[in-house]
Amino acid sequence: MLLGRVIGVVVPCVVYEGLEGTPMLCLQPLDKTGKPRGRTIVAADATRMAGPGELVYYEGGREAALALDPWFVPVDHTIVGIVDGLHLPDRGAEA
Amino acid sequence: MIIGRVTGEIHSTINHPFYNSKKLLVVEKTDPSGKPTGEYVIAVDVVDAGFGERVLVLDEGNGARQVFDSADAPVRSVVVGIIDEIQLEIQ
Repeated sequence: MLLGRVIGVVVPCVVYEGLEGTPMLCLQPLDKTGKPRGRTIVAADATRMAGPGELVYYEGGREAALALDPWFVPVDHTIVGIVDGLHLPDRGAEA
Repeated sequence: MIIGRVTGEIHSTINHPFYNSKKLLVVEKTDPSGKPTGEYVIAVDVVDAGFGERVLVLDEGNGARQVFDSADAPVRSVVVGIIDEIQLEIQ
């Protein structure tokens, strides 16, 4: 899993069967200090509660689909949790 | 598996039910000599590792689900060991 910051919402009008109603969010991947790194991705939201501005952690690959219900769906990144506290003793607490 | 060093901990209340009461660690990937590669991974801790410790991280889905005895857990990265020492024959 990696850290990401939700930066937007994607509203699809047609989706593959099984993905109806699954929230899709624009996600900026972050490095281990919380700074943006790499290109924006679109991730499904298994928590169904994440929104723009929030710090989240997401899973990629086959495991991304397993977080959803139904799980046999074509997704490659899924948000599995919203970060309450990120404790990095080297750099002090963040977010 | 990956060699890494624990650099932080993540707390969260809103998450997939699988992650309820699971300890999540931020693990910085390192080479065998301990030098950071610049990448990191968030992994579930099953060996009670702590900040600063060198750890062994399993980064593969099937093995990870086996650790949790589950066929459908959305998990890929698990801290499965704490490293005491690495001996390299060829430097």
